Amino acid sequence: MSNTTKVTIKAFRFNAETDYLPYYKSYEMEVGKDELVLDLLNRIKWEHDGSFSYRRSCRHGICGACGIKVNGKPVLSCKQNAMALVELFGNELTFDPQSKKRAIKDMIIDKSDFWEKHAAVKPFVVADIDEHPIHETKVTKEEVENILDADYCIQCGNCHYACPVLEANEEFFGPAAFVAAYRFTVDPRDNAGKERLKMTSQPGQGVWDCVKCFECAEACPKEINPIEKITRLHNLEFEKGIATRNVATKHAEGFLRGMKKTGYLDEADIVLYSEGILGMYKHIPTAIKMIKSGKIHWYSGVPFINSIPKIKNLDEVQKLIKISQTNKL
Amino acid sequence: MSQLHYALFTGCTAKQSTPELLSSTLAVAKKLGIKITILEEASCCGASHLQDFDPFLSHVLNARNICYAEKLGLTMITICNTCQLNSAMTKHKLDTDPAYRARVNEKLAEVGLEYKGTSEIKHFLYAIIDEYGLENLKDKVEIPLSSFNIAPFYGCHNIRPSELHHKSNGGENPYNPSSLDDLIVALEGHPVDYKSKNKCCGFHVELQANHTSEILTGNALLDAIDNNADIMVTPCPLCHLKMDTYQDTIGKVMGRDIELPVLHLPQMVALALGCSEKEIGLKYHVTKAKHLKGA
Ligand code: SF4
Ligand code: SF4
Ligand code: SF4
Ligand code: FES
Repeated sequence: MSNTTKVTIKAFRFNAETDYLPYYKSYEMEVGKDELVLDLLNRIKWEHDGSFSYRRSCRHGICGACGIKVNGKPVLSCKQNAMALVELFGNELTFDPQSKKRAIKDMIIDKSDFWEKHAAVKPFVVADIDEHPIHETKVTKEEVENILDADYCIQCGNCHYACPVLEANEEFFGPAAFVAAYRFTVDPRDNAGKERLKMTSQPGQGVWDCVKCFECAEACPKEINPIEKITRLHNLEFEKGIATRNVATKHAEGFLRGMKKTGYLDEADIVLYSEGILGMYKHIPTAIKMIKSGKIHWYSGVPFINSIPKIKNLDEVQKLIKISQTNKL
Repeated sequence: MSQLHYALFTGCTAKQSTPELLSSTLAVAKKLGIKITILEEASCCGASHLQDFDPFLSHVLNARNICYAEKLGLTMITICNTCQLNSAMTKHKLDTDPAYRARVNEKLAEVGLEYKGTSEIKHFLYAIIDEYGLENLKDKVEIPLSSFNIAPFYGCHNIRPSELHHKSNGGENPYNPSSLDDLIVALEGHPVDYKSKNKCCGFHVELQANHTSEILTGNALLDAIDNNADIMVTPCPLCHLKMDTYQDTIGKVMGRDIELPVLHLPQMVALALGCSEKEIGLKYHVTKAKHLKGA
């Protein structure tokens, strides 16, 4: 009786010092039902090629060193069961480093961009604390719960290297740095919350550049759900009065304008309101195409204004907005 | 099979810039004998942006939409990934946090409504696959899509976060989704296998981070084109707007000409079922797609 399955592993190989280009090498092995991805990495090194390189330390899912991608799925090698991946993807598994363009040797990447961004958000409690306090700092149950699970982050970088925005915009803080920013901003002992909220609200680097793809939520081996914290940072900007009126904040708040009038988002008005009349000009070539195809209409000399139907029982929506709205811009 | 009957949450886009989405959805339902009741009371879902501004208010408004499906005793179906996400996230929150549900219901009571948690929420795509069934669909194909390579573009909010979608919305492997591929095969088309099929189109930062948005859309379109796609298909009208409307400008950013017709999911089904030109509504597309009629 065989308790093992034959698996082919295609591993990304590259040595930045000697190789011009990366390549893939295949390794066949019988994989047992309890083996972890880390066991397979070890077996490549021990049974096939001693030069194969990867990071690992604790083997307990806590040091955050061993993140790689298997068939595009970010995993923590020492936590991820290998057969579960075979079930998901079949008998051929491709091992890649978290970021191919940052590869140094095989699975090992240069993670400096991750650490720089992490450090930039002040991932520690900023407070003037008496060196010899008489009483401990009391924190309520609600205050602890409000941290959500942001303090479980092990800085593995899985979310960071799964985030598509970082591929297009190197300035972006990325999900892990936002998790850290949130974790310390809501810590009742901390005094740097406003500073962090200002940093993370800046266009380009901040939360408003997140495309809401949920790749980070899917990638996190600690089930931290980084985008949930990103949404909380958005909310905190409004709650703490940090939000300035810009295209992104007006866009978020502007949904209510249309909803009060018709119940629907006003697709035209939201662009006009968020960007202002001047900002609208850059949309004119597209607007003309949309008018030609009958997607939008021209009305009262303003493009993008459509004749939107009204929902039934609109008064309910109007009333609910009036009695439930909590935040202001 | 007893007749399927759903409460349709149209979302804003189908009522405004993509009327073809609504007409093709209704046409497909008619052909398949699926009964649809449009939730004319439903408001905008907030599209994840209102959620950034005021989470409580967004939950109240989304819960109100769901209440109307509950009143009919029907499953609510969506035709927009982002509507699906925001409705399902609201449902999940209210179904798992009784104290929060009570706060929301206190507001809803002011307009005579109560959220009970009795209706499922499902994208039309999964209603077709899981409840109507692809085998049944195959029998209805009048015009096979066999002359087309079709690139499925799944759109983030139907496949991630996967735990939200596991119960009633397809339960796809977000790293290797298959529902659209299977649907294309059932309609006798050829699904295009390409890496970007489960990636993000960048729609949600179009205004504030246009460059990021254009790069993401451009990457996906070019990946599909480089893998021989004749058509792209998506279950999300927001992906559709991004992919269909901006090909000119994105071509300039990417340094290559881009021309790829992008269909809404129900339009593709409608083509294969032989629905009328008017119902399919290809004339509303910015990137030329009219030639697809009469495949
Ligand atoms: S949801 Fe936002 S932060 Fe998370 S991976 Fe996507 S773009 Fe990055
Ligand atoms: S949030 Fe999760 S995925 Fe991101 S670095 Fe922390 S533990 Fe890793
Ligand atoms: S996602 Fe867009 S189309 Fe769908 S309901 Fe929300 S705002 Fe309307
Ligand atoms: S080896 Fe430490 S987390 Fe995997």
